[in-house]
Amino acid sequence: MQTEFRLPALGADMEAGTIVEWHVAPGDRCKRGDVVAVVETDKGAIDVEVFVDGIVRELLVPPGTRVPVGTVLALLDTEAPAPAPEKVPAPSRTQAGAGAGDAVQQRVKISPAARRRAQELHVDVVSLRGTGPEGAITVQDVERAGPSPAGVSEGAEGMRAAIAAAMSRSKREIPHYYLTTTVDVSPAVDWLAAHNAAVPVTERLLLAALLLKAVALACRDHAGFSGFHRDGRYEESPVVHVGVAVALRGGGLVAPAIMDTADKPLAALMDGFRDVVARARAGRLRASELAAPTIILTSLGDASVETVLPIIQPPQVAIVGAGAVAERPWIVDGRIVPRQVLTLSLGADHRVTDGRLGAHFLARIAALLADPAKL
Amino acid sequence: MTTPLRITYREAVKQGIREALLADPRVFLMGEDVGKYGGCFAVSKGLLDEFGEERIRDTPLSESAFVGAGIGAALGGLRPIVEVMTVNFSLLALDQIVNTAATLCHMSGGQFPVPVVIRMATGAGRQLAAQHSHSLEAWYAHVPGLRVVEPATIDDARGMLRVALASPDPVIVFEPIALYNMEGDLTDAAAHVRLEGARVHRAGSSVTLVTYGASLWRCIAAADVLGQDGIDAEIVDLRSLRPLDDATVLNSVRKTRRVVIVDEGWRTCSLAAEIGQRIVEQAFYDLDAPIARVCTEEVPIPYPKHLEDAALPSCERIVDTVRRLLGHAD
Repeated sequence: MQTEFRLPALGADMEAGTIVEWHVAPGDRCKRGDVVAVVETDKGAIDVEVFVDGIVRELLVPPGTRVPVGTVLALLDTEAPAPAPEKVPAPSRTQAGAGAGDAVQQRVKISPAARRRAQELHVDVVSLRGTGPEGAITVQDVERAGPSPAGVSEGAEGMRAAIAAAMSRSKREIPHYYLTTTVDVSPAVDWLAAHNAAVPVTERLLLAALLLKAVALACRDHAGFSGFHRDGRYEESPVVHVGVAVALRGGGLVAPAIMDTADKPLAALMDGFRDVVARARAGRLRASELAAPTIILTSLGDASVETVLPIIQPPQVAIVGAGAVAERPWIVDGRIVPRQVLTLSLGADHRVTDGRLGAHFLARIAALLADPAKL
Repeated sequence: MTTPLRITYREAVKQGIREALLADPRVFLMGEDVGKYGGCFAVSKGLLDEFGEERIRDTPLSESAFVGAGIGAALGGLRPIVEVMTVNFSLLALDQIVNTAATLCHMSGGQFPVPVVIRMATGAGRQLAAQHSHSLEAWYAHVPGLRVVEPATIDDARGMLRVALASPDPVIVFEPIALYNMEGDLTDAAAHVRLEGARVHRAGSSVTLVTYGASLWRCIAAADVLGQDGIDAEIVDLRSLRPLDDATVLNSVRKTRRVVIVDEGWRTCSLAAEIGQRIVEQAFYDLDAPIARVCTEEVPIPYPKHLEDAALPSCERIVDTVRRLLGHAD
């Protein structure tokens, strides 16, 4: 049978992308997960995977062409009927595909004429406020926003605009509440030191790996933090993909997911962490990694910041922040002792959870960090 | 250029019939009470005296029989004008119109065209109750082989019959009951009307009102009200309901990017639905707002005045709908 390969939304706010190059040609055989194209987006050049096994029949969009999300890019011949995704929610395997598909449904209300005009003027419609019926964005609204000076898809400015749009939307739509707690992470720091002393340099772990695992496990224990709020309702994700906020050298940041975070041993998490950070900075992230996070971990520890009050990335509903690990006077068993402490914070969506649930969630992360050997 | 003559819609239709009778000896008028009584809406008053019983023929109360006779006369070389009192009663002749008039030319490979003109009154507004007030234009507009027109202006009422008689196809001419008493200027343009094609009745830039028949005048009233708020409505009078003139509608929509279709038919399966779909198919990316419709409430037309008014498209409903489309609603 024939399958259409469409441009996925490489992030909730992506409207369009430019095909930079094809890695396949008609007649080539490709497997699920193969990178078949490179697409230029606001977030840089991204490798786009295919989600079925098949043979490329025809490439429909030549390199250099900017097309809207959902455009059929290529036709594939697939041997077997495509698996019915609604039947078996096989978590880890279909998640990447489902995540990309769901992101397409995150739509702003905009008239067809306004959407076309926005494409012509390279206006990012997510940040616009509509004045049409039911608050829809009209041609006039787009033209008022005017052409962005550099064009959306170009480098840091495009990313700045994308971040601006996503964060504005977050602060506009999501009623955040914030909780912070300062945790004695001396056991984790000591455990890491001992572990790292015993392994080759390439196998050393960072605190980030412990934080990732602790956040993921806490998500498993407490519903309401790992999932998506769309069209007025929350849906818990069946799997936990923790995204890590990665600052880029030229400015801006991206938050690719470490897939199936809760299931991976620390060593695998560390490898995954190194891998996505390197590829994020090289501008070579995969589509599924950007669309997949169900919650994000953001750490400003290396910037000597004590507390982060992070903003949720829609349509997610929570984000965990970590400040710097610092040596502080701490009271243990009635005595003041020097300890390594870390301030954890939670930004969460009050439409989905309340402060008490958030407190339990944060306490769970702290408890998991207290016993690093079990992570 | 002559000074416009101020006459009623009824008089314009009558003058159209008179002209046709004078111009072509093959033309004759037949229908219930068209002779001695002068037509149930007094359109043919006086024609019996002028043209005699041969050409102004009263018929028995059998729509099927006299519409069928008209079709036969057309096949036999005459140019009959058949008057059916209202579109409600025309349903008794539906078999003759749909199964015979609309099909014979096709089934005979073009050998037997049926140049009959069937006039019928349509619509509400005169408290004639549910069996005399419906707007079933869409039923006929559905049928290939027919041409369907609805003059809404004095000029069209005066001029459309002539071009309808010149057509080799059966033509259904709908005359809105609510317009018979309307007065207006008859201009030279009446001599040049076409059978097909919509007309931009009033140019505008903010929104397009697509309409036909008596609703044209509701749209004009609404455009006047909207104009006071600086909303500049363009009005397209369809005139021909089959074939529909897509080009005129689409040109207007591409300009204004917003459409309200005002249709005295019921909303479900209406001409408004057909027009809306054609716009979506051909001008989707030009739309800046959802297509809106103002149609008759889905009830048999009520007899009491206030309920009849409430059921029909009104100036107020059109104004409210346009404001909502433009995001000006309170």
